[in-house]
Amino acid sequence: MSADDSKMDSGGHARRWPWTRFLLPVYVFVIMLYTMVPIAVMIIYGFNQAPNRRLTFAWQGFTTEWYQHLFDIADLTSALVTSIEVAVISSIIAVILGVPAALALARRRFFGRRIMDLTIITNLTAPTVVVGASLLGFFVTISLARGIGTIIIAHVAVSVAVVIIIIQARLASMDESLEEAAQDLGASPWIAFWKVTGPLISPAIFSAFMLSFALSIDDYIITSFVNGQTLTFPLWVAGAVKVGIPPQVFVLGTLIFVVGVVIAAATLVLQSRSNRKLKAEMAPADDWHV
Amino acid sequence: MGRNFKKKVTPLLLTAPANFWLWAFFTIPLISILWLSLTTGNTLDGFTLTWNFGIYPDAVSQYSEQFGRSFLYGGISTALALIFMYPVAYWIAFRGGKYKAIFLFLLLLPFLVSFIIRILTWQFILADNGIVLSALKDIGLVSQNAHVLSTPFAVIAGLTYDNLPWMALPVYVALDGIKRDQIEAASDLYASGYQRFRTVILPLSAPGIYAGILLVGISSVGDFLSAQILGGPSTTMIGNIIQTQYVQNQNYPLASALSLVLMVALLAFVVLYGRFFGSKTLKEFAG
Amino acid sequence: MDPKRPENETAWMRGLTQPRLSRRQLVHGAAGFAVLTALGPALAACGVGGTKGTGSAEDVDWTAWWQEQNATKNLSFANWPLYIDTGGGGKHPSLEKFTKESGINVSYKPVIRDNAEVLLQDQPGPPAGDPIGYDIIVMSNGWELGQLIANRWLTPLDHSQLPNFKKYAGEVATRLAYDEDLEYSAVWQAGVTGIAYDPKLTGGEIDSVEALFDPKFKGKVGMLSDNDEVGSLGLLALGIDPATSTYDDWKKSAAKMKEQRDKGIVRQYYDNSYVKALQNGDVALTQAYSGDIFQSNNSGYPDLKFVVPKEGAMLWRDNSVIPLHAKNPVSALKWIDFYYKPENQAMIEDWINYISPVPDAQAIIRDELDDPTVADSPLVFPPQSMMDQLREYPLNYTPETQKQWAGLFDPIIQS
Repeated sequence: MSADDSKMDSGGHARRWPWTRFLLPVYVFVIMLYTMVPIAVMIIYGFNQAPNRRLTFAWQGFTTEWYQHLFDIADLTSALVTSIEVAVISSIIAVILGVPAALALARRRFFGRRIMDLTIITNLTAPTVVVGASLLGFFVTISLARGIGTIIIAHVAVSVAVVIIIIQARLASMDESLEEAAQDLGASPWIAFWKVTGPLISPAIFSAFMLSFALSIDDYIITSFVNGQTLTFPLWVAGAVKVGIPPQVFVLGTLIFVVGVVIAAATLVLQSRSNRKLKAEMAPADDWHV
Repeated sequence: MGRNFKKKVTPLLLTAPANFWLWAFFTIPLISILWLSLTTGNTLDGFTLTWNFGIYPDAVSQYSEQFGRSFLYGGISTALALIFMYPVAYWIAFRGGKYKAIFLFLLLLPFLVSFIIRILTWQFILADNGIVLSALKDIGLVSQNAHVLSTPFAVIAGLTYDNLPWMALPVYVALDGIKRDQIEAASDLYASGYQRFRTVILPLSAPGIYAGILLVGISSVGDFLSAQILGGPSTTMIGNIIQTQYVQNQNYPLASALSLVLMVALLAFVVLYGRFFGSKTLKEFAG
Repeated sequence: MDPKRPENETAWMRGLTQPRLSRRQLVHGAAGFAVLTALGPALAACGVGGTKGTGSAEDVDWTAWWQEQNATKNLSFANWPLYIDTGGGGKHPSLEKFTKESGINVSYKPVIRDNAEVLLQDQPGPPAGDPIGYDIIVMSNGWELGQLIANRWLTPLDHSQLPNFKKYAGEVATRLAYDEDLEYSAVWQAGVTGIAYDPKLTGGEIDSVEALFDPKFKGKVGMLSDNDEVGSLGLLALGIDPATSTYDDWKKSAAKMKEQRDKGIVRQYYDNSYVKALQNGDVALTQAYSGDIFQSNNSGYPDLKFVVPKEGAMLWRDNSVIPLHAKNPVSALKWIDFYYKPENQAMIEDWINYISPVPDAQAIIRDELDDPTVADSPLVFPPQSMMDQLREYPLNYTPETQKQWAGLFDPIIQS
């Protein structure tokens, strides 16, 4: 990093605040450390011995026992599987519903647009406890049995707004002329979408999907209202908090974390490759600073 | 079929599925709790619509303390998240160089840990004989009886940490989107770095701050899990009350009224806030 | 797993999956679902239908009704998870024995879980005559059960078909304040809410509820977050018998409990997490459920103590009840009678370890099952001296009294 710093310093901007040179990096380092502490706790305590099969604060010695007995608690495993199912399905539905809506909202004026905008903003600003409570009342009113289905419905209701916002923002920052050009050349709007718009917004679709996935797999509050008999990972863990958490919770948390890191890192590498290609073509001076 | 007609109908068709979902599973349920809040009764005899508007002043006065506390804790944790994350996002955006993406990735790592586990680890860290306190007690810095759990401090710590990535992301996106030439121009105009920051960078990153504050503030104010797991006898937030009234006491009118008051208070905040920062910015951060 | 001490493992699993308090809360939640279900038709009529009178069976001559019922070969049994003896491969020896003896096939569903929705979601079903799908469900005493009884949503038991109950049921099962004539409830298990403490932290024995109000333990006292428990404790501390207490008494209790909180004595109002707080030393003493401490003693915390204070402790019960329109009511009665037989009860009790409704099972567990730890535990088979110390909950079951009660104690717990 120091090499990188000096390289940037050589950029020649003399008027730098003194504090940015030293204080800022230290501050950033400390905050970064702070964000890592709970992650470290989770990973390390997954290796702690636990004679009662519950996590304890005291370090009792290193063991990989919990990794060997990872799926011993059948309820916990199935709760995790349910969580993943819910997250995948609800994110897919949210994307399928959200992308066309975002296209219309970004590109067209139409009847009901303002109301839809308002609905989306209200949705984004509604506290989850209110969303969960009102949905519960509604599901009961229409006699819909609570279970994995209602969890998915509820998660989609929240993440579809997020998807729309993200895609719409991406579309707003894009030039419409490309699509128009394609259409002028005789392509149908459908073809224009597949050939031009689609590829351009695919990173946004990906991040929208990932964000809905993250929102869904993490949700406790809404799910706790509409789950019926179905338990998701957060619900199971919250229930176990009352009497002590089995180490498997931290181990599974660690594994989810590792998988997440791998996926994200792979995405990063792919992105930086394509960026490098782009840079090679356009050769911009990129390492400027304040 | 006329092109004009098509132009009018296509957007309606495109938005129809999403609209349906939002209305059926968000708007209508929300409206129905307005109605429910105006009923009176009990679970045995039923609830009848009596247009009992009096429940609103009652609910607010009875739980003013919890409302106040929710906004206080939410406000503090939002402010802390901003104070923690803005400089970091700033540094990554402007000084991250070619490792920008990696730093951002590191910053967003907590996203990959389940929300509930994040709270649990803080319960671990802050426990009476947990890592921090037992060390401090050993060296005699705090009294043997000192505790952090069950205090407002623990709740605010939990809320703050939970929301860090949601603050970092929009702020970073806004800062990263500032064009180089805008800053160069500012550099020519202003002598000091502070002036440049205040007159150019801060205003240009305002949309990100706005979005971050909304995301973090709303979820903190409505949260009940942090108070439930990390809090004590006098840290109850309005989310806890709503949950108890709904699920345990089945006082639906009261629970609905409290939900709506919370919702309206937050919306008012959003609208007022939007007046100053522009309501479109909420959408802009995501780009 | 340690094969030598399976009881610890099961106790732990049980503690993990079905803490006592959450059970209580769940049933609370369940009643809510039932009521919410009434919302549907009510939306149209601009009022939420009540549950009173819906599908109730006031005019049925139950004696005649029972005579008309034929024995069937099925039984559908909804219970809390891990609330019955469980052997290898997830089998339940007592249920197998029951099937062998009676020829009745049991569909056992430990579904009453994070909320008892399955059980009650179509509770307003009875008006249409729809059975809810179970012949037996296990419910805690509380205002939810009170409401089910008030609604007459349950089938009265035919005691002429329960000879073992008559012969072996102990005091725990026969003196029910919430169902004085034992019309609907056959106790499945019971338990005590008393005080648990860590002698190392309290520096001595505790024998009085006054300790929970002692400024010496400021910030080290745990209380339960259940308003029934908090309010009842205040009554005990004031020397008032909760069972006969009035609204005026409740107000005095609320004042006392508020003072306890305002003085900073209460560290926290805990759900079942009080066990962990006690184990970790976050609290020195706390309100506690007997079964939890019995489990803790057997799983690494032998020093923790549970005491029935001299002012008394609260006795709670989980009851087997037969829902209205159950398809196999005769089978349900047979099962109830089966588990009241001491040898059968012993099989179940040796695994569950709460308070048994059948005192005669004690000798069988000690001698035949060779498990003196359970048999001689006063928390499983309380001696008469302890029974005399146990108190019944206040009669706060009607919507009106429930509102008064919650209105007094909820603001203390959630402030």
